[in-house]
Amino acid sequence: MKRLAELRESIVIAFWFMFLTFPILVIQVNTIEKTIIWRWQNMFYVGIGSFVLSFVWRYFIGKAASGKRNTGEGTAEKKSFLLRIARDARFSRGALLFTAVVAIAFPFLSSTYQVNIMTTALMYVVLGLGLNIVVGQAGLLHLGYAAFYAVGAYTYALLYQHFGIGFWTALPLGALMAMIFGLLLGFPVLRLRGDYLAIVTLGFGEITRLVLENWSEFSSGPSGISEIPRPGFFGLELNLEEATIYLYFLMIAFVLFTIFVTNRLQNSRIGRAWLALREDEVACEAMGVNKTMAKMTAFALGSTWAGMMGVVFAAKTTFVNPASFTFLESAMILSIVVLGGMGSTLGVILASFLLILMPEYLRAFSDYRMLLFGTIMVVMMIFRPQGIITNIRRTYEYHFDRKQNGASGTPA
Amino acid sequence: MDYFVELFVGGLTRGSIYALIALGYTMVYGIIELINFAHGEIYMIGAFTALIVATVLAMSGMSGISVLVLAFLVAVLYSACHGFTVEKIAYKPLRGASRLSPLISAIGMSIFLQNYVMLAQTSDFLPFPNLLPELPFMEPYAHIMGSTEFIIVATTAVVMILLTILIKFTRIGKAMRATAQDRNMAMLVGVNVNRIISMTFIIGSSLAAVGGVLIASHIGRINFYIGFIAGIKAFTAAVLGGIGSIPGAVLGSLVLGWTESFATGYVSSDYEDVFAFALLVLILIFRPSGLLGRSTTQKV
Repeated sequence: MKRLAELRESIVIAFWFMFLTFPILVIQVNTIEKTIIWRWQNMFYVGIGSFVLSFVWRYFIGKAASGKRNTGEGTAEKKSFLLRIARDARFSRGALLFTAVVAIAFPFLSSTYQVNIMTTALMYVVLGLGLNIVVGQAGLLHLGYAAFYAVGAYTYALLYQHFGIGFWTALPLGALMAMIFGLLLGFPVLRLRGDYLAIVTLGFGEITRLVLENWSEFSSGPSGISEIPRPGFFGLELNLEEATIYLYFLMIAFVLFTIFVTNRLQNSRIGRAWLALREDEVACEAMGVNKTMAKMTAFALGSTWAGMMGVVFAAKTTFVNPASFTFLESAMILSIVVLGGMGSTLGVILASFLLILMPEYLRAFSDYRMLLFGTIMVVMMIFRPQGIITNIRRTYEYHFDRKQNGASGTPA
Repeated sequence: MDYFVELFVGGLTRGSIYALIALGYTMVYGIIELINFAHGEIYMIGAFTALIVATVLAMSGMSGISVLVLAFLVAVLYSACHGFTVEKIAYKPLRGASRLSPLISAIGMSIFLQNYVMLAQTSDFLPFPNLLPELPFMEPYAHIMGSTEFIIVATTAVVMILLTILIKFTRIGKAMRATAQDRNMAMLVGVNVNRIISMTFIIGSSLAAVGGVLIASHIGRINFYIGFIAGIKAFTAAVLGGIGSIPGAVLGSLVLGWTESFATGYVSSDYEDVFAFALLVLILIFRPSGLLGRSTTQKV
């Protein structure tokens, strides 16, 4: 009987979606040439698709609900398979070695194009890790991250254009500028609650982009700034291929540096303050954590990383314009963090490879990339809000022994 | 002086449209404390549905006014259905989750809907036929206010009055207010909270669709991205008036409309959107509770 009811429900859902998507998916109008294209096959696909998906959906919702009931007992033992692998010292040492060999050999075994894509993916790893400080560790939803990315890129572009300053000088300056912008924005708005903060950062991101687009005397408007030099290697002239490989290794170094810093941060005093802030603001304040200070540091550090990557971005593409720093860019970095698991370093790395490389290699997919990002954000929040790899933190459990009537509790 | 009046009327028209969208934000926020990011997209879908239906009907040889009425009704219907479905898929499973989860889910939904419309239709701007009729009695005043502007302002005013009646005097309005005040308590006295939340989404989405059809007729072209900017601006308006407060949303929208209109008229037209965002940032910094909002103490 239960099966039959489910079947009926799924049929209803299928018809509902066929009805819902009818005007947008089936009819395509061309108002200029006055033609209408009817695409009935889409209706059929939607019907079948939603019918199947409704079963999947129901199964997972049920699973999530029963999972929630089970928590509270034996959470310590229940670690995900991936995590257990990651924590296994023997395995992880081997994996690390393997990754290092592949990473070093990669540019010599594949084409410049491949190396370029990989460099982009590595840039998103760093961006994701940078945003992870703000969103994952401190729990501040930041929707204008691309603005700080833009600040870095434009710092390099403008400094080069006006003063002929090179990459290595621009790198710390770009990071510094982004940090200053982060602090400027952070100072007044960090008193705000989570969702308001999200909107203000979004507004700030849009303002930055619009100003860059409209203030032509300053930023050359929508046409952008071109012919920015690639990073130099001790004054040597590099050809395009060498420059690409050089940039790739530079990015590897950046990734390692970022992982090092974020790991150290996570276990530091400020890292623990962020964690407390993320879990409960009021309680955290009551424990004597300086809330504003903690938020500001998270914001400033996250922005610094964005600024640094901005400089690298400008050097890599040799061209910047405002169109590269839209809200979608921020959303993309955010979905990397969300998919990877907020606060988890390994998760963010995996997620950025997945999200950046997949559309590159599955060309048919690339049109549907943003659609996929949107779906990932919704689906992850519903079924696995902790991301692909859960960030487990050092916890102390207090085991209370009932038989001894509370005489001895042993912390384990 | 003429220029001033022109800008004033322009601001009023803009403000009216923002009000229609802002109400959806405010109502949803009032009830489940969620910034419904996908609301702007619902408005965009309303405009697209109206465009599609109007084109199909006009090409089958239907006359002006019946095309208008039908396109309008279908747009409202479809927007309401989309609002309902979005709530069921993206927000309902997240009741009781941490605050960040539904917000991210909402952003995801917004991106999804934008790209869905872009892929299914087109990424170019589509010209939108002016469906609104020319009113003969407005002709003597045409130099002050065109008939399109008049229709927009009048429709908004009527919708506002209807909404106020709905919320103040009907059973469902009472249930909505109860849910907004205290969800658990409302449940305890027999309000079907899930149905009320669905109703809120349906009403808010219908209003957005009305706004979508009106503005599309007024501006004359649409694309998949219009919802994003309009959504942010309407949200600004809602926050400006005090989010959760219905008269506040209307007041905030009008203030925002005039600010934009006068700023673009007297300062610079390049920075139209910057003014709106700057206003948003300033309000949130100096008066986060908005013009008509009450400041709430944080619950532990």
